[in-house]
Amino acid sequence: MRRRLDLLGLLPFLAYVLVFLGVPAVAVAVGAFQTDTGNWTLANLTAAVGDPYLNAFVVSIETSALTAVIGAVVGLAIAFAVSASPAGGVLRQVVSTASGVLAYFAGVPLAFAFIATVGSQGIVTKWLVSLGVDMSGFSLFGFLGITLVYVYFQVPLMVLVIFPALEGLRPQWQEAAANLGATRWQYWRTVGGPLLLPPFLGALMLLFANAFAAYATAAALTNGVIPLVPIQIASLMSGNVAVGQENLGNALGLGMILIVGLALAGYALMQRRTARWLR
Amino acid sequence: MSLVADPVRVASGPRRRHRRGGRVLGWAVLLVAALYFLVPVAASVEFSLRGKGDTHDLSTWSALFEQPGFAENMPTSLELAVGTVLITLLLMVPTTAWVHLRLPRLRRLVESICVLPLVIPAVVLANGVLVAFKGFPNWITGTPVILALEYVVLALPFTFRTLDSGLAAIPLTTLVEAARNLGASWPHVLLRVVVPNLRTAILNAAILSAAMVLGEFTIANLLLLNTLPVWTVQAGQQDAQVATAASMLILLVSWALLMLMSVFGQRGARRTRRSR
Repeated sequence: MRRRLDLLGLLPFLAYVLVFLGVPAVAVAVGAFQTDTGNWTLANLTAAVGDPYLNAFVVSIETSALTAVIGAVVGLAIAFAVSASPAGGVLRQVVSTASGVLAYFAGVPLAFAFIATVGSQGIVTKWLVSLGVDMSGFSLFGFLGITLVYVYFQVPLMVLVIFPALEGLRPQWQEAAANLGATRWQYWRTVGGPLLLPPFLGALMLLFANAFAAYATAAALTNGVIPLVPIQIASLMSGNVAVGQENLGNALGLGMILIVGLALAGYALMQRRTARWLR
Repeated sequence: MSLVADPVRVASGPRRRHRRGGRVLGWAVLLVAALYFLVPVAASVEFSLRGKGDTHDLSTWSALFEQPGFAENMPTSLELAVGTVLITLLLMVPTTAWVHLRLPRLRRLVESICVLPLVIPAVVLANGVLVAFKGFPNWITGTPVILALEYVVLALPFTFRTLDSGLAAIPLTTLVEAARNLGASWPHVLLRVVVPNLRTAILNAAILSAAMVLGEFTIANLLLLNTLPVWTVQAGQQDAQVATAASMLILLVSWALLMLMSVFGQRGARRTRRSR
């Protein structure tokens, strides 16, 4: 009886999440299967995986995968470089604070920072042009530009996520391997590498989801030129819809939820594996 | 052959050279990363200080504060931050405390509910809000009120984690039982026992939410509501310099908040250490 009364304490929280997260999510999921008059249909989903929206998914997945891989590799390299420095040193403090702060440097401010850097009037662009480099082929608003900008928020996230795992590799393991005659390469190939692989793959999926869900940076940067899925949804929402396609945005949204959900489920799975050896 | 070579040579010679190589590589990585991360910040500052011709002055910044859009939207964003923080704390402090106290078995479940917002991209959430709350009164859906309500949801993953680890670090059950045995009512326990012991975690949760709100663009933009980031992007279509100055301002305020958090965190840690 008391337990049942205790559950009542969760009621405000559950009701809040249900109304402000559950209801909108369900509205998207249901809307994806409805015509604008409320009849059931699969037409939205068919349209979502057809031309031109399939291409948006392809571009979104490519961008997210590329920036996730670059972010993960660079982030891992930084984390490695920092973990070689003495514990409690200044470098560690600086990198961990910087990662925490830079992870917040995304969206609108980041877009304008890059416009000020490598936009047509940007300081780096001007400098490169004065050196005689031809910058006409580079556009900040295309695929390459988006990649350059997204990596900026992917790397700090990677450092934050992978650093605990790297720190969790105990020096005793390496010493034990060395005592048994292993070279450093053998240690990394048979002990350290296999231990770090799950957290690395997990972080990769987290970074993928992070880039895939991002909208603000791309929107502020490109004004909706690059065909990413979130940009397409936004343009459908703002009324650029053909008749009978009012629910197409919901179908694209459902697709995004599925992809992000899968990536984050993979991340959670890999984290659980890591938790077995990471204190 | 080399496998049975002199162990001393193997241990000291090539390996040490390898390590030194690794360290040089490590510093090179850090240097390039530092450049990549610092140059855009410096470039933004430079860009916002450019005057006419090749001069630098504060004209963009003084123009920023005179923009009517800025004067309207800065207060909106600050109010949104305050509103979001208040709703978050009112909802989440009692909930997390209750879970720790009475429903520890459901902690995992509540945690998974709190990370759900990560699965639903902000664009999709905005779309869902538009679809689901179509018939709602205008004072909810047509004003920033809906933004504050949704930002609380967006902030759930880190508010839960912050408050949860704060609660795990204090002897909550003992404190609450002592207070109850002395005749304190539940609201009294919450306000006079739980909240004071949790102040660092509460402050951190508040700061993280506020920093998130100040920079949030997606939902506000798609619900056609004006906030500072939304105005910044609109202004950027006419004047990239003013927009860059506004973004620097948003960034500086959030960074100042985050710095405040780390200062308070360290002071809290020092106090705990001393009291032990």
